[in-house]
Amino acid sequence: MADNSTSFLDRTRTVAGPGYNRWLVPPAALAIHLAIGQAYAFSVFNKPLGSLISGDADHPAAGDWTLAQIGLTFSIAIVLLGLSAAIFGKWLERVGPRKAMLASALCFGGGFLIASLGVSLHNIWLVYFGYGFVGGIGLGIGYISPVSTLIKWFPDRKGVATGMAIMGFGGGAMIGSPLATSLMAHFKASAPQGVAPTFIVMGIIYLLFMQFGVWSIRVPADDWKPAGYVPNEEHSALITTGNVSADNAIKTPQFWLLWVVLLCNVTAGIGVLETASPLIQSVIKGTEKGKGMDEAALVAAGAGFVGLLSLFNLLGRFFWSSASDKLGRKITYAIYFGLGILLYAIAPTLSHNAQLALFVIVCCVIISMYGGGFATVPAYLSDLFGKYQVGAIHGRLLTAWSTAAIMGHLIVSTLTEHAKASGLTGAATYQPVFYTMAGLLVVGLLADLAVTAVNEKYQEKGPSPFKPVTTKSQSFSI
Amino acid sequence: MNPQSNSSTPATTEPGVGGSVVLAWLVVGLPLAWGVSQTFIKALALFK
Repeated sequence: MADNSTSFLDRTRTVAGPGYNRWLVPPAALAIHLAIGQAYAFSVFNKPLGSLISGDADHPAAGDWTLAQIGLTFSIAIVLLGLSAAIFGKWLERVGPRKAMLASALCFGGGFLIASLGVSLHNIWLVYFGYGFVGGIGLGIGYISPVSTLIKWFPDRKGVATGMAIMGFGGGAMIGSPLATSLMAHFKASAPQGVAPTFIVMGIIYLLFMQFGVWSIRVPADDWKPAGYVPNEEHSALITTGNVSADNAIKTPQFWLLWVVLLCNVTAGIGVLETASPLIQSVIKGTEKGKGMDEAALVAAGAGFVGLLSLFNLLGRFFWSSASDKLGRKITYAIYFGLGILLYAIAPTLSHNAQLALFVIVCCVIISMYGGGFATVPAYLSDLFGKYQVGAIHGRLLTAWSTAAIMGHLIVSTLTEHAKASGLTGAATYQPVFYTMAGLLVVGLLADLAVTAVNEKYQEKGPSPFKPVTTKSQSFSI
Repeated sequence: MNPQSNSSTPATTEPGVGGSVVLAWLVVGLPLAWGVSQTFIKALALFK
Protein backbone atom coordinates (compact mmCIF):
# COMPACT_ATOMS: atom_id res chain seq x y z
CA MET A 1 0.00 0.00 0.00
CA ALA A 2 2.82 2.35 0.82
CA ASP A 3 4.83 4.03 -1.84
CA ASN A 4 7.30 6.91 -1.92
CA SER A 5 4.54 9.49 -2.00
CA THR A 6 3.24 8.33 1.35
CA SER A 7 6.48 7.28 3.00
CA PHE A 8 6.29 10.25 5.34
CA LEU A 9 3.32 8.49 6.91
CA ASP A 10 5.23 5.28 7.63
CA ARG A 11 5.91 4.06 11.11
CA THR A 12 9.67 4.34 10.55
CA ARG A 13 9.26 8.08 9.94
CA THR A 14 7.48 8.57 13.25
CA VAL A 15 10.10 7.04 15.55
CA ALA A 16 11.03 9.61 18.19
CA GLY A 17 14.61 10.75 18.51
CA PRO A 18 16.59 10.96 21.74
CA GLY A 19 15.27 13.45 24.28
CA TYR A 20 11.72 13.38 22.94
CA ASN A 21 9.25 14.26 25.67
CA ARG A 22 6.65 11.50 25.94
CA TRP A 23 4.10 13.95 27.34
CA LEU A 24 3.68 15.22 23.78
CA VAL A 25 1.97 11.93 22.87
CA PRO A 26 -1.23 12.19 24.96
CA PRO A 27 -2.25 15.50 23.31
CA ALA A 28 -1.82 13.85 19.91
CA ALA A 29 -4.08 11.03 21.04
CA LEU A 30 -6.55 13.50 22.55
CA ALA A 31 -6.78 15.41 19.26
CA ILE A 32 -8.17 12.26 17.65
CA HIS A 33 -10.45 11.22 20.48
CA LEU A 34 -11.84 14.71 21.12
CA ALA A 35 -12.86 14.83 17.46
CA ILE A 36 -14.39 11.38 17.05
CA GLY A 37 -16.09 11.67 20.45
CA GLN A 38 -18.50 14.00 18.66
CA ALA A 39 -20.41 10.82 17.77
CA TYR A 40 -21.82 10.73 21.30
CA ALA A 41 -23.47 14.08 20.58
CA PHE A 42 -25.21 12.99 17.38
CA SER A 43 -28.58 13.24 19.11
CA VAL A 44 -28.24 17.04 18.92
CA PHE A 45 -29.18 16.63 15.23
CA ASN A 46 -32.29 14.52 15.92
CA LYS A 47 -34.85 17.31 15.98
CA PRO A 48 -33.33 19.43 13.16
CA LEU A 49 -32.98 16.37 10.90
CA GLY A 50 -36.54 15.39 11.71
CA SER A 51 -37.96 18.72 10.57
CA LEU A 52 -36.04 19.56 7.39
CA ILE A 53 -39.28 19.85 5.39
CA SER A 54 -41.67 21.28 7.97
CA GLY A 55 -39.12 23.56 9.61
CA ASP A 56 -40.90 22.95 12.92
CA ALA A 57 -39.51 20.21 15.14
CA ASP A 58 -42.78 19.91 17.05
CA HIS A 59 -44.92 19.56 13.93
CA PRO A 60 -43.16 17.34 11.36
CA ALA A 61 -44.55 17.25 7.83
CA ALA A 62 -45.18 14.24 5.63
CA GLY A 63 -41.81 13.11 4.32
CA ASP A 64 -39.87 14.35 7.33
CA TRP A 65 -37.55 11.68 8.72
CA THR A 66 -38.71 9.94 11.88
CA LEU A 67 -36.65 9.71 15.06
CA ALA A 68 -36.19 5.98 14.44
CA GLN A 69 -34.84 6.64 10.94
CA ILE A 70 -32.43 9.29 12.24
CA GLY A 71 -31.35 7.22 15.24
CA LEU A 72 -30.27 4.42 12.92
CA THR A 73 -27.44 6.67 11.70
CA PHE A 74 -25.78 6.59 15.13
CA SER A 75 -26.39 2.86 15.48
CA ILE A 76 -24.68 2.20 12.13
CA ALA A 77 -21.74 4.37 13.20
CA ILE A 78 -21.27 2.46 16.46
CA VAL A 79 -21.54 -0.92 14.76
CA LEU A 80 -18.98 0.20 12.18
CA LEU A 81 -16.79 1.49 15.00
CA GLY A 82 -16.53 -2.01 16.45
CA LEU A 83 -16.20 -3.76 13.10
CA SER A 84 -13.55 -1.44 11.67
CA ALA A 85 -11.56 -1.48 14.92
CA ALA A 86 -11.55 -5.26 14.74
CA ILE A 87 -10.77 -5.45 11.02
CA PHE A 88 -8.13 -2.72 10.76
CA GLY A 89 -6.36 -3.37 14.08
CA LYS A 90 -3.55 -5.47 12.61
CA TRP A 91 -3.10 -3.06 9.72
CA LEU A 92 -2.74 -0.26 12.26
CA GLU A 93 -0.10 -2.16 14.21
CA ARG A 94 1.89 -2.61 11.02
CA VAL A 95 1.70 0.83 9.44
CA GLY A 96 1.82 2.78 12.70
CA PRO A 97 -0.42 5.42 14.26
CA ARG A 98 0.21 8.29 11.84
CA LYS A 99 -1.20 6.60 8.75
CA ALA A 100 -4.09 5.22 10.79
CA MET A 101 -4.90 8.62 12.28
CA LEU A 102 -4.89 10.20 8.83
CA ALA A 103 -7.22 7.48 7.54
CA SER A 104 -9.48 8.12 10.52
CA ALA A 105 -9.50 11.88 9.90
CA LEU A 106 -10.32 11.43 6.21
CA CYS A 107 -13.14 8.99 6.97
CA PHE A 108 -14.61 10.95 9.87
CA GLY A 109 -14.38 14.36 8.19
CA GLY A 110 -15.38 12.91 4.82
CA GLY A 111 -18.34 11.18 6.40
CA PHE A 112 -19.70 14.53 7.50
CA LEU A 113 -19.32 15.90 3.96
CA ILE A 114 -21.15 12.94 2.40
CA ALA A 115 -23.88 13.23 5.05
CA SER A 116 -24.22 16.91 4.21
CA LEU A 117 -24.97 15.96 0.63
CA GLY A 118 -27.53 13.49 1.93
CA VAL A 119 -29.23 16.21 3.94
CA SER A 120 -29.24 18.61 0.99
CA LEU A 121 -30.79 15.94 -1.28
CA HIS A 122 -33.01 14.72 1.56
CA ASN A 123 -31.67 11.22 1.02
CA ILE A 124 -31.40 9.34 4.32
CA TRP A 125 -29.37 6.53 2.72
CA LEU A 126 -26.63 8.99 1.89
CA VAL A 127 -26.64 10.14 5.53
CA TYR A 128 -26.37 6.51 6.64
CA PHE A 129 -23.51 5.94 4.22
CA GLY A 130 -21.69 9.16 5.07
CA TYR A 131 -21.95 9.62 8.82
CA GLY A 132 -22.83 6.01 9.66
CA PHE A 133 -20.66 3.88 7.37
CA VAL A 134 -17.70 6.05 6.31
CA GLY A 135 -17.69 8.08 9.51
CA GLY A 136 -18.10 4.89 11.56
CA ILE A 137 -14.95 3.46 9.98
CA GLY A 138 -13.18 6.68 10.98
CA LEU A 139 -14.46 6.20 14.52
CA GLY A 140 -13.12 2.66 14.77
CA ILE A 141 -9.68 3.33 13.32
CA GLY A 142 -9.36 6.58 15.28
CA TYR A 143 -10.43 5.03 18.57
CA ILE A 144 -7.70 2.39 18.58
CA SER A 145 -5.04 4.37 16.69
CA PRO A 146 -3.19 5.85 19.71
CA VAL A 147 -3.74 2.99 22.19
CA SER A 148 -0.71 0.76 21.61
CA THR A 149 1.52 3.82 21.07
CA LEU A 150 0.48 5.25 24.44
CA ILE A 151 1.04 1.93 26.19
CA LYS A 152 4.54 1.70 24.70
CA TRP A 153 5.35 5.25 25.83
CA PHE A 154 3.89 4.75 29.31
CA PRO A 155 4.62 1.16 30.42
CA ASP A 156 4.84 2.51 33.95
CA ARG A 157 1.46 4.32 33.80
CA LYS A 158 -0.61 2.46 31.24
CA GLY A 159 -3.90 3.33 32.93
CA VAL A 160 -3.10 7.02 33.17
CA ALA A 161 -2.05 7.19 29.52
CA THR A 162 -4.98 5.35 28.00
CA GLY A 163 -7.33 7.03 30.45
CA MET A 164 -6.26 10.44 29.16
CA ALA A 165 -6.91 9.48 25.54
CA ILE A 166 -10.19 7.72 26.09
CA MET A 167 -11.29 10.57 28.36
CA GLY A 168 -11.11 12.60 25.16
CA PHE A 169 -13.82 10.45 23.59
CA GLY A 170 -16.12 11.43 26.46
CA GLY A 171 -15.07 15.06 26.13
CA GLY A 172 -15.70 15.07 22.39
CA ALA A 173 -19.45 15.11 22.91
CA MET A 174 -19.15 18.11 25.19
CA ILE A 175 -17.48 20.04 22.40
CA GLY A 176 -19.53 18.60 19.54
CA SER A 177 -22.93 19.34 21.03
CA PRO A 178 -22.60 23.12 21.68
CA LEU A 179 -20.55 23.50 18.49
CA ALA A 180 -23.31 21.93 16.40
CA THR A 181 -25.99 23.96 18.16
CA SER A 182 -24.13 27.21 17.50
CA LEU A 183 -23.46 26.37 13.86
CA MET A 184 -27.05 25.31 13.16
CA ALA A 185 -28.31 28.56 14.66
CA HIS A 186 -25.85 30.48 12.49
CA PHE A 187 -26.82 28.71 9.25
CA LYS A 188 -30.54 28.38 9.92
CA ALA A 189 -31.43 31.24 7.61
CA SER A 190 -29.49 29.81 4.67
CA ALA A 191 -30.48 26.12 4.77
CA PRO A 192 -33.25 23.99 6.28
CA GLN A 193 -32.48 23.96 10.02
CA GLY A 194 -28.89 24.86 9.10
CA VAL A 195 -27.91 21.18 9.15
CA ALA A 196 -26.21 20.71 5.76
CA PRO A 197 -23.74 23.62 6.10
CA THR A 198 -23.16 22.64 9.74
CA PHE A 199 -22.12 19.16 8.59
CA ILE A 200 -19.71 20.70 6.06
CA VAL A 201 -18.12 23.04 8.58
CA MET A 202 -17.86 20.35 11.25
CA GLY A 203 -16.34 17.92 8.75
CA ILE A 204 -13.67 20.45 7.84
CA ILE A 205 -13.03 21.50 11.45
CA TYR A 206 -12.58 17.91 12.60
CA LEU A 207 -10.45 17.00 9.58
CA LEU A 208 -8.10 19.89 10.38
CA PHE A 209 -8.11 19.41 14.14
CA MET A 210 -7.21 15.74 13.78
CA GLN A 211 -4.16 16.74 11.72
CA PHE A 212 -2.59 17.92 14.97
CA GLY A 213 -2.63 14.31 16.16
CA VAL A 214 -1.53 12.95 12.77
CA TRP A 215 1.58 15.10 12.58
CA SER A 216 2.59 15.22 16.23
CA ILE A 217 2.29 11.51 17.05
CA ARG A 218 5.58 9.67 17.60
CA VAL A 219 6.35 6.05 18.43
CA PRO A 220 9.19 5.12 20.77
CA ALA A 221 12.27 3.28 19.55
CA ASP A 222 12.01 -0.47 19.96
CA ASP A 223 13.96 -0.74 23.20
CA TRP A 224 13.06 2.64 24.66
CA LYS A 225 11.93 2.72 28.25
CA PRO A 226 11.26 5.51 30.73
CA ALA A 227 14.12 6.63 32.93
CA GLY A 228 14.54 4.32 35.90
CA TYR A 229 11.66 2.11 34.80
CA VAL A 230 11.61 -1.40 36.25
CA PRO A 231 8.67 -3.58 35.25
CA ASN A 232 6.30 -3.80 38.20
CA GLU A 233 5.39 -7.34 39.15
CA GLU A 234 3.83 -6.61 42.50
CA HIS A 235 0.17 -6.55 41.45
CA SER A 236 -0.31 -10.09 40.29
CA ALA A 237 0.81 -12.82 38.00
CA LEU A 238 -1.69 -11.45 35.46
CA ILE A 239 0.90 -9.02 34.10
CA THR A 240 2.79 -10.87 31.41
CA THR A 241 6.31 -10.28 30.21
CA GLY A 242 5.53 -12.13 26.98
CA ASN A 243 3.59 -11.06 23.92
CA VAL A 244 0.53 -12.57 22.31
CA SER A 245 -0.50 -11.76 18.74
CA ALA A 246 -4.02 -10.59 17.93
CA ASP A 247 -4.72 -13.84 16.09
CA ASN A 248 -3.70 -15.91 19.10
CA ALA A 249 -5.38 -13.62 21.62
CA ILE A 250 -8.85 -14.42 20.31
CA LYS A 251 -8.11 -18.12 20.88
CA THR A 252 -7.70 -17.55 24.60
CA PRO A 253 -10.50 -17.70 27.17
CA GLN A 254 -9.13 -14.50 28.70
CA PHE A 255 -10.00 -12.50 25.59
CA TRP A 256 -13.60 -13.71 25.64
CA LEU A 257 -13.92 -13.18 29.38
CA LEU A 258 -12.86 -9.56 28.87
CA TRP A 259 -15.29 -9.36 25.94
CA VAL A 260 -18.09 -10.33 28.35
CA VAL A 261 -16.71 -7.89 30.96
CA LEU A 262 -16.85 -4.99 28.49
CA LEU A 263 -20.23 -6.06 27.13
CA CYS A 264 -21.82 -6.15 30.59
CA ASN A 265 -20.28 -2.89 31.76
CA VAL A 266 -21.30 -0.97 28.64
CA THR A 267 -24.79 -2.47 28.42
CA ALA A 268 -25.47 -1.57 32.04
CA GLY A 269 -24.24 2.00 31.49
CA ILE A 270 -26.52 2.38 28.48
CA GLY A 271 -29.39 1.45 30.79
CA VAL A 272 -28.76 4.62 32.78
CA LEU A 273 -27.87 6.87 29.86
CA GLU A 274 -31.00 6.02 27.86
CA THR A 275 -33.35 6.52 30.78
CA ALA A 276 -31.59 9.43 32.48
CA SER A 277 -33.65 12.36 31.24
CA PRO A 278 -37.20 10.97 31.64
CA LEU A 279 -36.27 9.20 34.86
CA ILE A 280 -34.89 12.26 36.62
CA GLN A 281 -37.96 14.22 35.57
CA SER A 282 -40.14 11.58 37.20
CA VAL A 283 -38.01 11.67 40.36
CA ILE A 284 -38.18 15.47 40.52
CA LYS A 285 -41.97 15.39 40.07
CA GLY A 286 -42.13 13.25 43.19
CA THR A 287 -40.38 15.85 45.33
CA GLU A 288 -42.02 18.81 47.07
CA LYS A 289 -40.03 21.21 44.87
CA GLY A 290 -40.94 19.34 41.70
CA LYS A 291 -44.68 19.59 42.24
CA GLY A 292 -44.56 23.29 41.42
CA MET A 293 -42.29 22.99 38.38
CA ASP A 294 -43.58 23.53 34.85
CA GLU A 295 -42.81 21.20 31.95
CA ALA A 296 -40.04 23.42 30.49
CA ALA A 297 -38.19 23.49 33.81
CA LEU A 298 -38.44 19.71 34.09
CA VAL A 299 -37.05 19.24 30.58
CA ALA A 300 -34.19 21.64 31.39
CA ALA A 301 -33.47 19.69 34.57
CA GLY A 302 -33.45 16.47 32.53
CA ALA A 303 -30.95 17.96 30.10
CA GLY A 304 -28.90 19.19 33.05
CA PHE A 305 -28.81 15.70 34.51
CA VAL A 306 -27.60 14.27 31.19
CA GLY A 307 -24.88 16.97 31.18
CA LEU A 308 -23.86 16.07 34.73
CA LEU A 309 -23.61 12.40 33.76
CA SER A 310 -21.41 13.39 30.80
CA LEU A 311 -19.03 15.14 33.19
CA PHE A 312 -18.79 12.06 35.42
CA ASN A 313 -18.39 9.84 32.36
CA LEU A 314 -15.40 12.00 31.40
CA LEU A 315 -13.89 12.16 34.90
CA GLY A 316 -14.42 8.46 35.50
CA ARG A 317 -12.41 7.57 32.42
CA PHE A 318 -9.34 9.26 33.83
CA PHE A 319 -9.90 8.62 37.53
CA TRP A 320 -10.65 4.89 37.43
CA SER A 321 -8.14 4.10 34.74
CA SER A 322 -5.41 5.90 36.69
CA ALA A 323 -6.49 4.17 39.88
CA SER A 324 -6.15 0.82 38.13
CA ASP A 325 -2.40 1.42 37.87
CA LYS A 326 -2.32 1.16 41.67
CA LEU A 327 -5.17 -1.27 42.31
CA GLY A 328 -4.59 -3.66 39.44
CA ARG A 329 -7.08 -4.12 36.58
CA LYS A 330 -8.89 -7.16 37.93
CA ILE A 331 -9.64 -5.48 41.26
CA THR A 332 -10.69 -2.27 39.51
CA TYR A 333 -13.25 -4.16 37.39
CA ALA A 334 -14.39 -6.06 40.48
CA ILE A 335 -15.13 -2.64 42.02
CA TYR A 336 -17.03 -1.53 38.90
CA PHE A 337 -19.19 -4.62 39.09
CA GLY A 338 -19.42 -5.12 42.87
CA LEU A 339 -20.21 -1.49 43.63
CA GLY A 340 -22.29 -1.31 40.45
CA ILE A 341 -24.55 -4.19 41.53
CA LEU A 342 -25.21 -2.42 44.83
CA LEU A 343 -25.88 0.96 43.22
CA TYR A 344 -28.11 -0.39 40.43
CA ALA A 345 -30.07 -2.32 43.04
CA ILE A 346 -30.72 0.69 45.32
CA ALA A 347 -31.32 3.26 42.57
CA PRO A 348 -34.98 2.22 41.96
CA THR A 349 -35.74 2.57 45.68
CA LEU A 350 -34.16 6.02 45.77
CA SER A 351 -36.12 7.11 42.71
CA HIS A 352 -39.35 5.66 44.10
CA ASN A 353 -38.86 7.54 47.38
CA ALA A 354 -37.93 10.73 45.47
CA GLN A 355 -34.56 10.95 47.24
CA LEU A 356 -33.24 13.21 44.52
CA ALA A 357 -29.77 14.07 45.84
CA LEU A 358 -28.86 10.47 46.64
CA PHE A 359 -30.28 9.26 43.35
CA VAL A 360 -28.17 11.79 41.42
CA ILE A 361 -25.01 10.79 43.33
CA VAL A 362 -25.65 7.09 42.68
CA CYS A 363 -26.14 7.65 38.95
CA CYS A 364 -23.00 9.80 38.74
CA VAL A 365 -20.90 7.08 40.37
CA ILE A 366 -22.44 4.45 38.06
CA ILE A 367 -21.61 6.50 34.98
CA SER A 368 -18.08 7.21 36.19
CA MET A 369 -17.55 3.43 36.29
CA TYR A 370 -19.13 3.05 32.85
CA GLY A 371 -16.51 5.46 31.48
CA GLY A 372 -13.83 3.85 33.58
CA GLY A 373 -14.61 0.49 32.02
CA PHE A 374 -13.81 1.83 28.55
CA ALA A 375 -10.58 3.48 29.69
CA THR A 376 -9.20 0.62 31.78
CA VAL A 377 -9.64 -2.15 29.25
CA PRO A 378 -6.61 -1.34 27.01
CA ALA A 379 -4.30 -1.55 30.05
CA TYR A 380 -6.00 -4.81 31.11
CA LEU A 381 -5.35 -6.22 27.63
CA SER A 382 -1.74 -5.05 27.75
CA ASP A 383 -1.27 -6.73 31.13
CA LEU A 384 -2.61 -10.03 29.80
CA PHE A 385 -1.32 -10.08 26.23
CA GLY A 386 1.69 -7.76 26.23
CA LYS A 387 2.07 -4.65 24.12
CA TYR A 388 3.01 -6.31 20.81
CA GLN A 389 -0.43 -6.08 19.13
CA VAL A 390 -2.48 -4.60 21.94
CA GLY A 391 -4.10 -2.06 19.61
CA ALA A 392 -5.33 -4.82 17.31
CA ILE A 393 -6.54 -6.92 20.25
CA HIS A 394 -8.33 -3.85 21.63
CA GLY A 395 -9.93 -3.34 18.25
CA ARG A 396 -11.34 -6.85 18.25
CA LEU A 397 -12.61 -6.43 21.79
CA LEU A 398 -14.57 -3.34 20.76
CA THR A 399 -17.07 -5.56 18.95
CA ALA A 400 -18.42 -6.00 22.49
CA TRP A 401 -19.22 -2.27 22.48
CA SER A 402 -21.15 -2.55 19.22
CA THR A 403 -23.05 -5.53 20.61
CA ALA A 404 -23.76 -3.64 23.84
CA ALA A 405 -25.07 -0.63 21.91
CA ILE A 406 -27.69 -2.83 20.28
CA MET A 407 -28.37 -5.01 23.32
CA GLY A 408 -28.60 -2.10 25.77
CA HIS A 409 -31.10 -0.24 23.61
CA LEU A 410 -33.21 -3.39 23.14
CA ILE A 411 -33.26 -4.17 26.86
CA VAL A 412 -34.25 -0.61 27.79
CA SER A 413 -36.95 -0.23 25.14
CA THR A 414 -38.44 -3.71 25.71
CA LEU A 415 -38.53 -3.45 29.50
CA THR A 416 -39.91 0.10 29.63
CA GLU A 417 -42.61 -0.69 27.07
CA HIS A 418 -43.55 -3.80 29.02
CA ALA A 419 -43.61 -1.84 32.28
CA LYS A 420 -45.88 0.80 30.75
CA ALA A 421 -48.16 -1.90 29.36
CA SER A 422 -48.31 -3.39 32.87
CA GLY A 423 -49.60 -0.12 34.24
CA LEU A 424 -46.41 1.18 35.85
CA THR A 425 -45.95 4.93 35.67
CA GLY A 426 -43.32 7.54 36.49
CA ALA A 427 -40.02 6.40 37.94
CA ALA A 428 -41.41 2.89 38.47
CA THR A 429 -41.39 2.42 34.67
CA TYR A 430 -37.61 2.19 34.75
CA GLN A 431 -37.17 -0.06 37.78
CA PRO A 432 -37.01 -3.31 35.74
CA VAL A 433 -34.18 -1.80 33.67
CA PHE A 434 -32.06 -1.14 36.76
CA TYR A 435 -32.68 -4.59 38.28
CA THR A 436 -31.90 -6.29 34.96
CA MET A 437 -28.68 -4.32 34.60
CA ALA A 438 -27.70 -5.29 38.17
CA GLY A 439 -28.14 -8.92 37.11
CA LEU A 440 -25.98 -8.31 34.06
CA LEU A 441 -23.26 -6.89 36.29
CA VAL A 442 -23.24 -10.15 38.26
CA VAL A 443 -22.34 -11.90 35.00
CA GLY A 444 -19.62 -9.31 34.39
CA LEU A 445 -18.22 -9.78 37.89
CA LEU A 446 -18.04 -13.56 37.45
CA ALA A 447 -16.27 -13.11 34.11
CA ASP A 448 -13.75 -10.71 35.66
CA LEU A 449 -13.09 -13.03 38.59
CA ALA A 450 -12.48 -15.91 36.17
CA VAL A 451 -9.62 -14.06 34.41
CA THR A 452 -6.28 -15.77 34.97
CA ALA A 453 -2.86 -15.41 33.36
CA VAL A 454 -2.70 -16.34 29.68
CA ASN A 455 -1.14 -19.73 28.93
CA GLU A 456 2.43 -19.30 27.66
CA LYS A 457 1.69 -21.49 24.65
CA TYR A 458 -0.09 -18.52 23.07
CA GLN A 459 2.93 -16.23 23.37
CA GLU A 460 5.18 -15.30 20.49
CA LYS A 461 8.26 -17.50 20.35
CA GLY A 462 11.81 -16.54 19.53
CA PRO A 463 13.33 -13.05 19.49
CA SER A 464 11.35 -9.95 20.38
CA PRO A 465 8.53 -9.34 17.92
CA PHE A 466 9.32 -5.64 18.09
CA LYS A 467 11.17 -5.27 14.83
CA PRO A 468 11.46 -2.07 12.87
CA VAL A 469 8.52 -2.10 10.55
CA THR A 470 8.95 -1.28 6.90
CA THR A 471 5.79 -1.09 4.92
CA LYS A 472 7.31 -0.42 1.51
CA SER A 473 7.67 -4.06 0.62
CA GLN A 474 4.42 -5.12 2.19
CA SER A 475 1.18 -5.40 0.38
CA PHE A 476 -2.02 -4.28 2.02
CA SER A 477 -3.58 -7.03 4.01
CA ILE A 478 -5.61 -7.12 7.15
CA MET B 1 12.18 14.57 15.67
CA ASN B 2 14.75 12.81 13.54
CA PRO B 3 12.53 10.84 11.24
CA GLN B 4 15.09 8.19 10.48
CA SER B 5 16.04 7.51 14.05
CA ASN B 6 14.95 4.04 15.03
CA SER B 7 18.08 3.07 16.87
CA SER B 8 18.20 2.24 20.56
CA THR B 9 17.41 5.29 22.62
CA PRO B 10 16.78 4.23 26.18
CA ALA B 11 16.08 7.33 28.21
CA THR B 12 18.38 8.15 31.06
CA THR B 13 16.50 11.21 32.23
CA GLU B 14 13.01 12.55 31.69
CA PRO B 15 13.10 15.69 29.54
CA GLY B 16 11.71 18.75 31.24
CA VAL B 17 8.35 20.27 30.37
CA GLY B 18 9.19 22.43 27.37
CA GLY B 19 7.18 25.04 25.52
CA SER B 20 6.12 22.49 22.92
CA VAL B 21 4.52 20.33 25.61
CA VAL B 22 2.62 23.28 27.04
CA LEU B 23 1.52 24.33 23.56
CA ALA B 24 0.40 20.81 22.66
CA TRP B 25 -1.70 20.55 25.79
CA LEU B 26 -3.24 23.97 25.11
CA VAL B 27 -4.29 22.88 21.62
CA VAL B 28 -6.42 20.08 23.06
CA GLY B 29 -7.02 21.53 26.51
CA LEU B 30 -8.73 24.73 25.42
CA PRO B 31 -11.50 23.11 23.33
CA LEU B 32 -11.99 20.52 26.06
CA ALA B 33 -12.23 23.22 28.73
CA TRP B 34 -14.79 25.08 26.59
CA GLY B 35 -16.85 21.91 26.16
CA VAL B 36 -16.68 21.08 29.86
CA SER B 37 -17.73 24.63 30.82
CA GLN B 38 -20.71 24.49 28.43
CA THR B 39 -21.77 21.15 29.89
CA PHE B 40 -21.30 22.41 33.44
CA ILE B 41 -23.53 25.41 32.74
CA LYS B 42 -26.16 23.07 31.32
CA ALA B 43 -25.86 20.79 34.32
CA LEU B 44 -26.55 23.69 36.68
CA ALA B 45 -30.19 23.61 35.53
CA LEU B 46 -30.59 20.46 37.59
CA PHE B 47 -29.86 22.35 40.78
CA LYS B 48 -32.08 25.38 40.14
